[in-house]
Amino acid sequence: MNNRLYGNLIFELSKEGRKGYSLPRNNYGDYKIPETYCRTEEAALPECDELTVVRHYTNLSNNNFGVDTGFYPLGSCTMKYNPKINEEMAALPQFQNLHPLQPEHTVLGAKALIILLEKSLCALTGLAHFTFKPYAGAHGELTGLMTIDNYHRSRGDLQRKKVIVPDSAHGTNPASAAVCGLEIIEVKSDAQGLVDLADLERLVELEGPNIAAMMMTNPNTLGLFETRIPEIAKLIHDCGGLMYYDGANLNPMLGACRPGDMGFDVMHINLHKTFSTPHGGGGPGSGPVGVREGLQECFPFVSPYQGNYAVMMRAYAYILSLGRDQIRNVGPLATLNANYIKASLKDVYELPIDTICCHEFVFDGLKDKSTGVTTMDVAKRLLDYGYHAPTIYFPLLFHESLMIEPTENESKETLDGFIAVMRRIAEEAKTNPDEVKSAPHTTPIGRVDDVLAAKHPITTFRQLQAES
Amino acid sequence: MDYKYFPHTEDDLKAMMEKVGVKRLDELYAQIPESIRFKGDYDIPRSASEMEVRQVFEKLGSENKQLTCFAGLGVYDHYTPSVIPSLLQRSEFLTSYTPYQAEISQGTLHYIFEYQSMMAELTGMDISNASMYDGTTACAEAMMMTVAAGKKVNKVLVSGCLNPNTFEVLKTYALHQGIELEVLPIRDGTTALDDVKARLAEGGCAGVIVQQPNVYGIIEDFTGFADACHEQKALFVIDSVAADLAVLKTPGEWGADIATGDGQSLGIPMQFGGPYVGYMCCTEKLIRKMPGRIVGMTKDNRDQRAFVLTLQAREQHIRRQKATSNICSNQSLMALFVTIYLSLMGKQGMKEAAQLSYAGAHYLCDELLKTGRFSLAFDKPFFNEFYVKYDGDAQTLYQRFIEAGILGGVLMEEGFLFAVTEKRTKEEIDNLVKIAAL
Repeated sequence: MNNRLYGNLIFELSKEGRKGYSLPRNNYGDYKIPETYCRTEEAALPECDELTVVRHYTNLSNNNFGVDTGFYPLGSCTMKYNPKINEEMAALPQFQNLHPLQPEHTVLGAKALIILLEKSLCALTGLAHFTFKPYAGAHGELTGLMTIDNYHRSRGDLQRKKVIVPDSAHGTNPASAAVCGLEIIEVKSDAQGLVDLADLERLVELEGPNIAAMMMTNPNTLGLFETRIPEIAKLIHDCGGLMYYDGANLNPMLGACRPGDMGFDVMHINLHKTFSTPHGGGGPGSGPVGVREGLQECFPFVSPYQGNYAVMMRAYAYILSLGRDQIRNVGPLATLNANYIKASLKDVYELPIDTICCHEFVFDGLKDKSTGVTTMDVAKRLLDYGYHAPTIYFPLLFHESLMIEPTENESKETLDGFIAVMRRIAEEAKTNPDEVKSAPHTTPIGRVDDVLAAKHPITTFRQLQAES
Repeated sequence: MDYKYFPHTEDDLKAMMEKVGVKRLDELYAQIPESIRFKGDYDIPRSASEMEVRQVFEKLGSENKQLTCFAGLGVYDHYTPSVIPSLLQRSEFLTSYTPYQAEISQGTLHYIFEYQSMMAELTGMDISNASMYDGTTACAEAMMMTVAAGKKVNKVLVSGCLNPNTFEVLKTYALHQGIELEVLPIRDGTTALDDVKARLAEGGCAGVIVQQPNVYGIIEDFTGFADACHEQKALFVIDSVAADLAVLKTPGEWGADIATGDGQSLGIPMQFGGPYVGYMCCTEKLIRKMPGRIVGMTKDNRDQRAFVLTLQAREQHIRRQKATSNICSNQSLMALFVTIYLSLMGKQGMKEAAQLSYAGAHYLCDELLKTGRFSLAFDKPFFNEFYVKYDGDAQTLYQRFIEAGILGGVLMEEGFLFAVTEKRTKEEIDNLVKIAAL
């Protein structure tokens, strides 16, 4: 990563008459698109030669930070290493050139891979069937909830429109439920950060016949395992609801516990988290949905083909690479790494719940609140030291949440380096708080004016030109 | 740990466990009830070396048949300039997350701003979001947006000439959202203004969704559609194949409020169905109703121009169940793909490629008609895809194409839907016609 801002837009490098493409000659004779169907105003696309385009995007990439650049402890996002072999496999022309509507007997290998991946995911989760149609985690949530809604509808159980969600849940959970036409009821967390069983009992008592499902992650967003999950599942099943597992936090469960065995009926997996496919700056992901036997009849049609197929190929390459003997180490090592950081920093950062965590944990800001240094400041200061920031201000249970998730791929040296910097920042907060509050200093840009961006949104080059 | 993705040595493990206060890794899971602990062996193969992984994929790959593609129906075999895969593998792009930390994500934020700008140019609309999953889900989001923007109306009119895949996805979302979908009749392969007007007059309509070119490849005439919609306070949505908009009259020019579609035609390999990228553009008025991420311009505290995710108050991580959509991460890297494609092709290349596709398709059509065995299903203008009826057994001919290494379009009720892109050569077309004439 380059710490000087490159800053150009491709439009600003454009010059009339330059071209960056080459096409074969047109030897079909005189076929011209009739003017009447054509646009009158040309699309103002840039005109650049090939090298200009290559340098531009290379320079842009140098203002970006990825897992390959350095430690990326972004909580809840599982920023693990994205193996290179997976990229190469996904780009094989024997798969890349397949049209999704090719007849079955011409795509036997491609279809076989889907079945192999499905079998693997079933083995790893304890569920019976998967659909690969969902394109992302949130799309998976929606698909899973639609599956549940379809199930209740198929039984004529039409009033089941409520979904219980813990107050610590990911924001997508309530949003997905709303898109599915379902209503959210929140269940409280107890002092240990787990689902408050008494509150859940109350809700079940109150809403029993209306409950479509309970939706939760396990471990939850505090990185804590919901130890009373068998009781929770029983409560929900007894009132006729289904259990939905948000697979965002599946990684620490590899080698430890399967959602199917915990009592879940439906789940999605973020292949871009647990199964190492790259996040790509915000997609493409893949969110396959798994179900217990029988529920596969209720899968909805949420996309035309088999979802993000090339992403699935990467995930299968990852599963093949690790195999049953190594994949079982993923969860324990990720969990060890998280607990190691937590144990090494809890004397200077506020740890609201001091128990063994899974793959991630949450600090409630610095222990010493007198300095006025906030979680935002700590996060920004980390950028100066060459680390990506943790997830901040989530979950909403604490005011200064700082959610840290190292993955199994990080070495003790990397973690020790991070720990040392976190301690140094805690020290700086006392000795030189202004330095921390005005961070970052060494990045391509400083803190940005979010209000300016939102108050008068400029979102295209055309607008930008009109303004200047 | 004896594995290439795990850096932990025995000494590391010992030191770390000591710090944490456990003696065995197992103890980290002591809180999990015994009854649900997984103690068996996962039923998957043993770990494989890189060479073995390669062998598995190559063997599977060899079981796929490589065909010369004349199929479309939303997915087209366009050429990918070699610059793109090479730049897409820049790991600073590939291995980053959503650009929440603007200070170290200007690379992503810049290209998203460029993407938004280019999609707005292509569609002739004011605003673009920073991508959707694919064309079908983008259209479904547009359908929900029309209802959310309307006042207590939940009916949406859909052209009968919409891609059936898109329609199926709309139906799924509509069922759960309680949206009533009404299909407009097909009139000689197109949507008729009179039908739109008549249905709108019945009231309760939030939006009208049409497709350009439509499912039969026909270029429709939407004169009067926008006015008809707006008179009844309904939003007008046009779904298009992105590449075609470089030459065709744009959704903006037709007066659409929302433009959606798939960006796969912008050089993205077909890769058996994905990943592609959906686009959604709209008028400035609707920006706060738009789902998905949006990047905007701002300044940093050093007075430099900078880019940042903006208008996040619409989104799920802030608004939770009241968000405009549940979409968060989408297809950012594929948005980069099409941004680089459009940068390379530019104003001129896009038109030239479109012209080539158009010419190839019309040449193929003419040659097929000359055989005397094919006839156009509709006598209407088409772009690079067309529906021809066949006087023989279409299924048999389709098989004959496959045996000759050709994906001979998409089988329709009475014949074939053929698509031609700039990637097809005259020789390939002549070869197809030769087989078809047998």
